[in-house]
Amino acid sequence: MIDWQPLILTFELALVTTLLLLVVSIPLSYWLAYTKSKFKPIIETLVSMPLVLPPTVLGFYLLIAFSPSNSFGMWLDENLGLRLIFSFEGLVIASIIYSLPFMVHPIQAGFSSLPSSISEASYVLGKSKFITLIKVLLPNIKKSLLTGIVLAFAHTIGEFGVVLMIGGNIPGKTKVASIAIYDEVEALNYGAANSYSLILFVITFCILLLVYLVNGGYLRRMIQ
Amino acid sequence: MATIKINLQKKLNAASGMLHLDVDMNIEKGQLVTIYGESGAGKTSILRMLAGLMEADSGQILVNEKHWLSSQERICLKPQERRIGFVFQDYALFPNMTVKENLKFALEKGQDKSIVEELIEFMELGDLQNRHPEKLSGGQKQRVALARALVRKPEILLLDEPLSALDAKMRSKLQDYILKVHRKYHLTTLLISHEVGEVIKMADKIFILEDGKISKHGKPIDVFSSKQISGKFQFSGEIVQIEKEEIIFIVTVLIGANFVKIVAEENEISNMKVGDKVIVASKAFNPILRKIN
Repeated sequence: MIDWQPLILTFELALVTTLLLLVVSIPLSYWLAYTKSKFKPIIETLVSMPLVLPPTVLGFYLLIAFSPSNSFGMWLDENLGLRLIFSFEGLVIASIIYSLPFMVHPIQAGFSSLPSSISEASYVLGKSKFITLIKVLLPNIKKSLLTGIVLAFAHTIGEFGVVLMIGGNIPGKTKVASIAIYDEVEALNYGAANSYSLILFVITFCILLLVYLVNGGYLRRMIQ
Repeated sequence: MATIKINLQKKLNAASGMLHLDVDMNIEKGQLVTIYGESGAGKTSILRMLAGLMEADSGQILVNEKHWLSSQERICLKPQERRIGFVFQDYALFPNMTVKENLKFALEKGQDKSIVEELIEFMELGDLQNRHPEKLSGGQKQRVALARALVRKPEILLLDEPLSALDAKMRSKLQDYILKVHRKYHLTTLLISHEVGEVIKMADKIFILEDGKISKHGKPIDVFSSKQISGKFQFSGEIVQIEKEEIIFIVTVLIGANFVKIVAEENEISNMKVGDKVIVASKAFNPILRKIN
């Protein structure tokens, strides 16, 4: 029988990361979609960096930054009581940064695809930008939101490099499924590695399939 | 007497190059006014600046003695504060809401909800009220957009070429709706149009916009026709056919949705061709044809 803890931890991490990412990404995507600021290309580049950067690079710098022997890490430790390396909180922050483009890109594309007259119509009807965002813009980009949520969730499940660098391999704390697989293979325990791998494979396949079914309109057609 | 005074300057990047919009317009309360001109002349920009959706380089907008825009005093009200009804060219209905929800969304806090029912009935939207915009035809969407623009009971209604995408029959029907609401709600209405027939049918006053400047303004019929004809009746239409019969010509003119055949002599129609806009007027017995410039 395999140890379920790494799997539970993986989904816990993915869930927390996705929820926090959603909160961060909606304002960020909104800003990126509508801003005329000169800084937009720089912010866009930064958001997209995790797509091309080896996860170990990101993990390495986060490890340095969060280390209590450095000024930022020390400040976090002293003022907020946060030790971000080798802890679940640290994994969450690293995952948010690492999965940011997977959430921001679809939502930003969703905002950009809406005709500007829709938000203008809402303003002319006396509605504030916030009300317009909540009641008009977001309900009309549901598909993009779903895509962002699922991609970020699935991507967080598949994380390895960043987690290993910053979280290490502490059972019940930072030992997620992808690391457990690596661990079992190192120990020549192929049976357990296979179980973990198969479960991750099936679950991520199902999640992605669900997105394509929903966004492609197949489900609605089947019900009708 | 409450009026709208508009004086706006704006540099625009039009398809044909840089366009200097510089207009001065006075509109009296209760009038239905059209801005007429070629596409790219800056019509929509005037409306957008009036609504606060586009910034002017300089100028002022004075409505009921109140400054909506004054570049001197650095006043520029947000669109939310201007209390106007705006009907967009693409209707801009909210796809996530039904017809009724689109109208309800426009309600202000604490506003009496009965206006929604009233408008649904007045615009004959009862059968459509639970449908989503994607299930509506162009003319139906236009009626919903018009109704939604009126929920807040604005004094000023701005219509950005609302009828350009509709066929002749639907267009005529919607013109009647616009006239109906214009009178019922005592609106001051600004309509953008490039259809002569539409302008003559609907407008009290017309501003002709050419290359960003007002080239003519006045009563539509005076502006379009030379004042020499004192017709007993006159309609404007478009020539759809010119046939030669022996020594005279039969000209078929489309007026609204009707075809009218008119006898003309060769010298009368020498400068006319199919597609020209004409005025059909009658002084004594025989209708006179005159080309509209």
